Amino acid sequence: MNLAHHPKKRLEIIVEAPALHRVLEALDKAEVSGYTVLPALEGRGNHGGWNRDDSFNNATNMVCVVCITSEHRAEAVVEAVYAIVKRQIGVLSMSDVTVVRPEHF
Amino acid sequence: MAKTLALYLMMSIGFKGGGEVSKTGVTSDLALAVVGGAALSALLPMIGFALLRATTRLGAVDAAAVAAHYGSISIVTFVAATQTLQAMGLAFEGYLIAVAAVMETPAIVVALYLARRAGAGTGDGHGLWREVALNSSVVMLVGSFVIGWISGEAGMKPVAPFLVDLFRGVLCLFILDMGLIAGRGLRQGFRSLQPSVIAFGLYMPLISAALATVLAMLMGLSPGGAALFITLSASASYIAVPAAMRMALPEAQPSIYLTLSLAITFPFNLTLGIPIYLWLAELVT
Repeated sequence: MNLAHHPKKRLEIIVEAPALHRVLEALDKAEVSGYTVLPALEGRGNHGGWNRDDSFNNATNMVCVVCITSEHRAEAVVEAVYAIVKRQIGVLSMSDVTVVRPEHF
Repeated sequence: MAKTLALYLMMSIGFKGGGEVSKTGVTSDLALAVVGGAALSALLPMIGFALLRATTRLGAVDAAAVAAHYGSISIVTFVAATQTLQAMGLAFEGYLIAVAAVMETPAIVVALYLARRAGAGTGDGHGLWREVALNSSVVMLVGSFVIGWISGEAGMKPVAPFLVDLFRGVLCLFILDMGLIAGRGLRQGFRSLQPSVIAFGLYMPLISAALATVLAMLMGLSPGGAALFITLSASASYIAVPAAMRMALPEAQPSIYLTLSLAITFPFNLTLGIPIYLWLAELVT
């Protein structure tokens, strides 16, 4: 079976947990069709290393939000999310992906 | 695991405190202690901020964030102090749990004001008060306090095997886990701390304790109550305030305020602080 592949944009937002609520609000406002939030286990960046096991509050946890959206909407979503995460600890990236069910995104 | 243990401790101490208040009802002493605690929580960040700016090279944002931690409280230090009092056979006023809950917040407000006044941009504050007022520790503490208050002794009886009998063991486990976390935090964050900042983490609790001792005397607290009030004031937050600072002062470095509060002040308070605060309480009551 030959499936048709349709180009989309994949946003990956790794951000500190206290900012998650605001990021999700921005995604909702930008009317993306969906997203997935994943817990991040361990990492290291400009602010040093962190580990989920070392945390007993929300302050130092990191989370990853994955969102696939249409190419025409992606720039607006990036702008809205970047306005939030630019002052926080985190990484925002966008990549090209293909999907087989374009109507979902 | 640490979060679950912390929630259990909040639930237990809140329920027990509420049960104690159900015996006495709302009194003028309770109201006075709540007002006194809130006022002290607002005053301490101002002192802390001024000291940090005068004695360290921290900028206004980092100084304000650190000051917020030292105005707010550590409920686990408080819980540890209650166990010391119990071992010594000293009673304390149950309403101090309510004072602890009230002392979480004023320091955050004052620290944000200090940062803004110093020209440091604070975050947009969106969701900040939701995080401060509705973080799981505060909700668990206040919620179980209210439930304990309403249900009184009759409510305590069926849950005592869980909330009372297990308490000491869970506290030991939690403090052991905290020790491991603090040790790792110290190893990772130590380079971020100048000696003058480390010194602040050791002398600021004593300044807070001295002021709290005067207040405890004016409020007429019992020796046990005074010791707990002094311990509360001398403790530094590492649960509620760090999350609030990440939202409101994201430029402040968590490796400074969290390491200082968790890896310097918390162990200091558990080992040397609590005996000093007990001594101060006995001195003035």
